[in-house]
Amino acid sequence: MIDVFAAAGVSFIEELTSNFWLALVLKTVLVMAFFLVVPLAIGYMEHKVLAHMQARLGPMEAGAFHGWAQLIADGVKFIQKENLVPAAADRTVYSLAPAVAMVPYIAILVVLPFSDTLFALNLDVGIFFVMAMSSVSVIGVLMAGWSSANKFSLIGALRAAAQLIAYELPLVLAAAGVVMLSGVTSMVGIVEAQESMWYVIPLFPLFLIFMVASLAELSRTPFDMPIADSEIIYGAYTEYGGLKFAFFLLAEYGGIVALSGIAAVLFLGGYQGLPGIPLPDPIWMAIKIGALSFFVIWLRATYPRLREDQLQRFAWLTLIPISLVWILGAAAFKVAF
Amino acid sequence: MAIDTPHIDQPEAGAGQGLLKGLTVTLKTMLRPAVTVQYPHVKPDLPARTRGVIALKQANCTVCYKCSRECPDWCIYIDAHKETHEPAAGGRGRSMKVLDRFAIDYALCMYCGICVEVCPFDALFWSPEFEYAEYGIDELIHEKDRLEEWTYTVLPPPPLERGAEPSEEHEAEGAA
Repeated sequence: MIDVFAAAGVSFIEELTSNFWLALVLKTVLVMAFFLVVPLAIGYMEHKVLAHMQARLGPMEAGAFHGWAQLIADGVKFIQKENLVPAAADRTVYSLAPAVAMVPYIAILVVLPFSDTLFALNLDVGIFFVMAMSSVSVIGVLMAGWSSANKFSLIGALRAAAQLIAYELPLVLAAAGVVMLSGVTSMVGIVEAQESMWYVIPLFPLFLIFMVASLAELSRTPFDMPIADSEIIYGAYTEYGGLKFAFFLLAEYGGIVALSGIAAVLFLGGYQGLPGIPLPDPIWMAIKIGALSFFVIWLRATYPRLREDQLQRFAWLTLIPISLVWILGAAAFKVAF
Repeated sequence: MAIDTPHIDQPEAGAGQGLLKGLTVTLKTMLRPAVTVQYPHVKPDLPARTRGVIALKQANCTVCYKCSRECPDWCIYIDAHKETHEPAAGGRGRSMKVLDRFAIDYALCMYCGICVEVCPFDALFWSPEFEYAEYGIDELIHEKDRLEEWTYTVLPPPPLERGAEPSEEHEAEGAA
């Protein structure tokens, strides 16, 4: 696996310039541009796909064509809103929480590879970094819920925390299965290791477990108890409005992009295409992220919300045992081939 | 006639079968065209019996006041005066009522349609027209000229359903 690293470990930006600071600025600009554009595209897709799955049209007015500018218009509206902080809220924590929820997903995008050179950073511990970052976000939710001084916010935040503890384990176990097969933890290395076979084939149950745990991690339907609007208003985000609320929304859609990207890298061969279809590597990665995001939206349109106890029971009694068994399966596969 | 309750007899679904079925339902719905009508750009195709607004055919009105008396919330205003028409040759003069004002206060109207039902001379009709919102509540009192305009938007009644009994009016016409 060492030669794999040597072949694919250097970002294209480092080949452009050897100046560290210039490279840093370029990478930051690229990652931020990606983070500000792609989640909006996913959000627009959610508007349209959800609408059509309910026999509606969705946004049609903003922008000239099929409401493409709807989320930009929403953003403009959010910026114009008054920056309210509840009187009883802990101001500092309350104001910091949206950033804490959003930044981890930007950090995940830093290590997401779009080709063997198109990425900002190829960490040797890539997948560990990603797993760690994806759980930081919930601290932002917990901060939001606690500092809002609102009972519904607190319940939502505690649900989010309990959900993270329950679903982080199957998520990490599923990723561990992939790492066992590939023998590397760098994101580029994992993709390169799937050149002969995507890991979704030997590890299909782990792929399903990873997707389910990702949904829970992102608080997406059918695991959206932390924000269950019909039970607890809007969970930890109840007291938020304006730009801070927009940050939470951006974190949600950024999270969909990030976790779809991780799932694509771990199980679907990342930027590697199917044989016989000549498309550039970044396009393949974009197709995979788009398809997985579509699947996440599709689930939202289809399934109702589970109950809080069902969620916990499902994680501890179903997902974790199955993922443990399949890790053994992955080990057997590794020994056999 | 006894009401048949549908007998629910579903086979025991395998694990996850319901989940997959749900996914196919949403996917099929997505691939079908949406039912939304883009209203301000496209006018909705409303059925003939739409209770949009009440239109008045002044020529048919005999000022019998039945509509205004039956109106549950007194939203119909009628003013009239009596005129005597001299006969062409001899005989006594014929008196008749002339409609001065007929107005419906749509801020009060609850669209029950009783006035349309009681009108003995087919002067009141339902029109599917619905774009008559105003900025002030007092502007919702629409006078007879406006009500007359709405008669041009009244749709012909829908044909009877198959097997339905012919209406009394229809039978009367056939006999005559």
